[in-house]
Amino acid sequence: MVYAACLALSGMGLVAALSHLIGAVAPAEIVSPLGLPWIGAHFRLDALSAFFLALVSLSSGAASLYAVGHGREEREPERVLPFYPVFLAGMNLVVLAGDAFTFLLSWEVMSLASCALVMARHREEENVYAGYVYLVMASFSALTLLLAFGFMAGADGSYAFDSIRARMATASSTGVVLVLALIGAGSKAGLAPLHVWLPLAHPAAPSHVSALMSGAMTKVAVYAFVRIVFDLIGPPAWWWGAIVLAAGGMTATLGVLHALMQHDLKRLLAYSTVENIGIIFIALGLALAFRAYGLGSAAALALTAGLLHAFNHSAFKSLLFLGAGAVLSKTGARDMERLGGLIHRMPQTAFLFLVGCAAISALPPLNGFVSEWLTLQAILLSPQLPSWGLKLLAPAVGALLALSAALAAACFIKAYGVTFLGRPRTAAAEVAHETDRFSLVAMSLLAATCFIAGIVPSLFIDALAPVARSLVGDRMPAQFGLAWLTIVPIAESRSSYNGMLVFLFVAASGILAASVIHRFASHAVRRAPAWDCGFPDLNPATQYTAASFSQPIRRVYGSYVFRARERVDMPLPGELRPARIEVELHDLAWDWLYAPIARAVGAIADWLNPLQFRTIRQYLSLVFFALVVLLTGLALWS
Amino acid sequence: MVVMRDLAVQGAQMLIVLALAPLLTGFVRKLKARMLGREGPPIVQPYRELVRLMRKEAVLADNASWLFRVIPYMVFAGTWVASALVPTFATGLIFSWSADLIAVTALLGSGRFFVALAGMDVGTSFGGIGSSREAMIATLAEPAMIMIVFTLALLAGSTQLSALAGFMLSPAVGLRVSLALALIALIMVAIAENGRIPVDNPATHLELTMVHEAMILEYSGRHLAMIEFAASLKLLLYVSLIACVFVPWGLVSPRAAVSEYALAALAYLGKLAAGGFLLALFETSIAKMRVFRVPDFLGAALMLSLLGALLLFVSRSL
Amino acid sequence: MDGFTLDVAHLLAGGLVLTSFVMLYQDRLYALLNVFALQALVLSLSVAWQAWIQGAPHLFITAAIALIFKAFIIPVALHRIIANLGIHREVEAVTGLGPTMLFGIGLVALSMVVMLRVTAGDDPLAREDIAFALSVVLLGLLMMITRSNAVSQVVGFMSIENGLILAAAGAKGMPLVVEISVAFSVLVALIVIGVFLFRIRERFDTVDVGVFDRIQGERR
Repeated sequence: MVYAACLALSGMGLVAALSHLIGAVAPAEIVSPLGLPWIGAHFRLDALSAFFLALVSLSSGAASLYAVGHGREEREPERVLPFYPVFLAGMNLVVLAGDAFTFLLSWEVMSLASCALVMARHREEENVYAGYVYLVMASFSALTLLLAFGFMAGADGSYAFDSIRARMATASSTGVVLVLALIGAGSKAGLAPLHVWLPLAHPAAPSHVSALMSGAMTKVAVYAFVRIVFDLIGPPAWWWGAIVLAAGGMTATLGVLHALMQHDLKRLLAYSTVENIGIIFIALGLALAFRAYGLGSAAALALTAGLLHAFNHSAFKSLLFLGAGAVLSKTGARDMERLGGLIHRMPQTAFLFLVGCAAISALPPLNGFVSEWLTLQAILLSPQLPSWGLKLLAPAVGALLALSAALAAACFIKAYGVTFLGRPRTAAAEVAHETDRFSLVAMSLLAATCFIAGIVPSLFIDALAPVARSLVGDRMPAQFGLAWLTIVPIAESRSSYNGMLVFLFVAASGILAASVIHRFASHAVRRAPAWDCGFPDLNPATQYTAASFSQPIRRVYGSYVFRARERVDMPLPGELRPARIEVELHDLAWDWLYAPIARAVGAIADWLNPLQFRTIRQYLSLVFFALVVLLTGLALWS
Repeated sequence: MVVMRDLAVQGAQMLIVLALAPLLTGFVRKLKARMLGREGPPIVQPYRELVRLMRKEAVLADNASWLFRVIPYMVFAGTWVASALVPTFATGLIFSWSADLIAVTALLGSGRFFVALAGMDVGTSFGGIGSSREAMIATLAEPAMIMIVFTLALLAGSTQLSALAGFMLSPAVGLRVSLALALIALIMVAIAENGRIPVDNPATHLELTMVHEAMILEYSGRHLAMIEFAASLKLLLYVSLIACVFVPWGLVSPRAAVSEYALAALAYLGKLAAGGFLLALFETSIAKMRVFRVPDFLGAALMLSLLGALLLFVSRSL
Repeated sequence: MDGFTLDVAHLLAGGLVLTSFVMLYQDRLYALLNVFALQALVLSLSVAWQAWIQGAPHLFITAAIALIFKAFIIPVALHRIIANLGIHREVEAVTGLGPTMLFGIGLVALSMVVMLRVTAGDDPLAREDIAFALSVVLLGLLMMITRSNAVSQVVGFMSIENGLILAAAGAKGMPLVVEISVAFSVLVALIVIGVFLFRIRERFDTVDVGVFDRIQGERR
């Protein structure tokens, strides 16, 4: 059916992209006459497009495979099935677009299709609200990108990417274009403070669509940013890197702190996407800064780190969302406070989800660690930058990066521990059973990708070399020939990492220890009730909940970042009502940026409302006066 | 032939680390007891405890999962590999280039990740306390450690431990302020990561003051032995790290003669003894902090290491 | 001037900045006084070292003044005053510890950037030492404005003075360092006395010594 067809097409796309990338072929271009009347529609496949095409195809292939198993459970499939292929097509076309019109058209198609998918389950009020906010933000991002392309194309309307490239080499509006691209692409990717739609929209969509939105669509936004800023608008100024770096650092920390406070599993994953996008933008900002000062190899390292993290994130975030979808469909609950003990009921899903959690927490030898390690090495190169602002910004952002990595690990300990470990908290969690085989295969594919990318990262880094060369003019040292599949970011004397060896070492030590102990010491096991210091409590409500797990962290950071307030209502002795604790958290971006704007818009709309209720004669006089004013203006001006 | 010898040296390091870890723990315990006026257990007591635990059967809770049973071995293996990568008596070991200081930190972090999961596995509230507090401590200790690595790497030009030790031995290093800041921050982080006073009490059995002990409350038998062994290895790792970076005299380069190796091993034992003595002295002279003072403590470590890195960024232009 | 002397001078100046941070971290009054005594000790060591490498023997006197006056006399005196007057012994901070420390780091970064820009082309040792001295001054000011306890404000003021002495000692050939430090110490003593006179007046509505005699007489 539909999903199987999408799976096949994604597979083909993946193969095509990989062959282009690894074969290092020259960019291929097609011009079709279907576009704007005077230039047609350009489609272009170069190294950058091939990389993102591979990324998108991997995610969409896994999601389609998952949906083959899960699509049967969809209650209103006619709201999802038509839009899904359109969504995939939109994403692929954005990556392949070779001129501004095709790009924006595909971008809009992608946004509208995903908006329709977000509102697929329209029976719940919050999904409709999420779709509305998403629509507003998507329109805003499209508008900003339209402005950006307008600036780039100039007055003579040269919309093809080649002509833009030639034109922008000598233009002066590059700074404006950067800011517009950052706002437009950043809001789609989830940069703070434009991220507020992401935690609303991503959880509301069906699970395979959530996986695609977090895993693939945000990366398409990253592609847009990279394409515009690195490729189309020519050499950067020093402050571009500073802005992107600061935005990335802020996004990463804010995203993960919010993720820690969530108890809805999918919302937690959405905020974690925000954090990882922040990390990608940190790496991209560094690449811009290095490029502005002509430090080619450092820029190549930073760019490779950022793009590799984009790939890794799409792999493990899709895996996590698919796992969360499996949990949702088998237990009917997204709220972690109603789950627990699922490792016994859904063992394979639990194992695959664990791989995803370990990958996103940057634990060696999986892939999250590799891209984070590369980003840290890039930050270590930043003392070479001559600008004072960047010299002070880089270590601060490095500290923020390290902080968000540690917080992410804590977040996923909580997510995994509360959902899968412990005892079941409700009846729904007690009767869950394992999900179907298609979903398991899809998740295993992604888990295998995470593992391979962690063990043999040199393949991926070398695959990214043509991209780096085309964008910053230099590349990282060739990795594939190095002994034992090590990766070396700058030079062997500086630092190196070998994922395979670390994995083999750890596995060998573990197996050795286990076999020695089982041979020479006891291997007896006895089952008994939990010790719990002698006070075992059979009620599963006494376990730690998600909110209690994050309470220490909320206490440390909460009052500054969320204006967290706790209210405790303790009954007096003798009263029978339960005690209540309420925690109030604010998303400051919402309170300070969006709420005032929404209020202003509402106020203006109210003020303009009387215009709806005029008589015919008043409308006619309005038209008449407008005409007179315009004619007067024309008379005065010419 | 050279390869065989290098492999032998690396293997020797792995075995030495394994053998010395419980000895260090026992030494610190004995010194603390003596300083408090008690007789204290013999120094080899931890070995006896490990053997005793390994012989016992493991009692598992009814709802403990396969993850609970596998985690002790994973944690032990990860910590062992990490501590085998830190130069103890020789630099330039044959596999030292496979993981640098950041990777060692991440290996320890993954150990902590899995022990926290084990705490949540059985579904008791004590496990939850331990895991959530450990998560809070980790979110501050790990960034501080990364910033310390930054400071050292900016000075030495590399994140490889052998290169770091080599730089510290060379005359190019001076008495720099950033090094002093990094040392103080590293000591603070080491105390927090190993669960020593004033952050956590390794000898406590009062549930509400536990962090590490609460997470491993449900473990028994050989599983508990593995986890305790991993904790001793972690302590040895941090003492070796501080010794290798800040007191590097006595480390031999890879092509030394056997007699030099023996001398270096003795020097290493001396450094361990000194480190253990200072740790015991510090622990007996200060009281344990409230749990919610620990973020202030670690925040100060993070600030110090950030300051050290910042100074290096800024003064490079001179 | 070889590398070793430069490094020791740097280390001592950096130690002064470190003690300023440690003072910001304290929340108990006795501990604060101990750290202040430590800062005075480090200051005297630093000034003595400068005296040695510059060959300026009058700086030894400054070092001795710092040691005797600030590391011993003033902390002991404040200790006794606190005990006798029963002053509240916890230092309340207006802002939390985290933001204060973060801001402190920002101040150090700011002073380094400012000083290194302003003194471009000068002797590198002097430049960094002046940058550290400015950091100590700014951190002392930060302590004064974020603590609501009178004693901690006095300590903050004295640490500002320590920073100024460090700057003066580092600049070669600055005359009258000894005289200036004596003058500052007298000023500080006056301020300390003034603060406590205000407190006494608050409590008893007067500073007339005759009144105290009467009150004491009544109690007896």
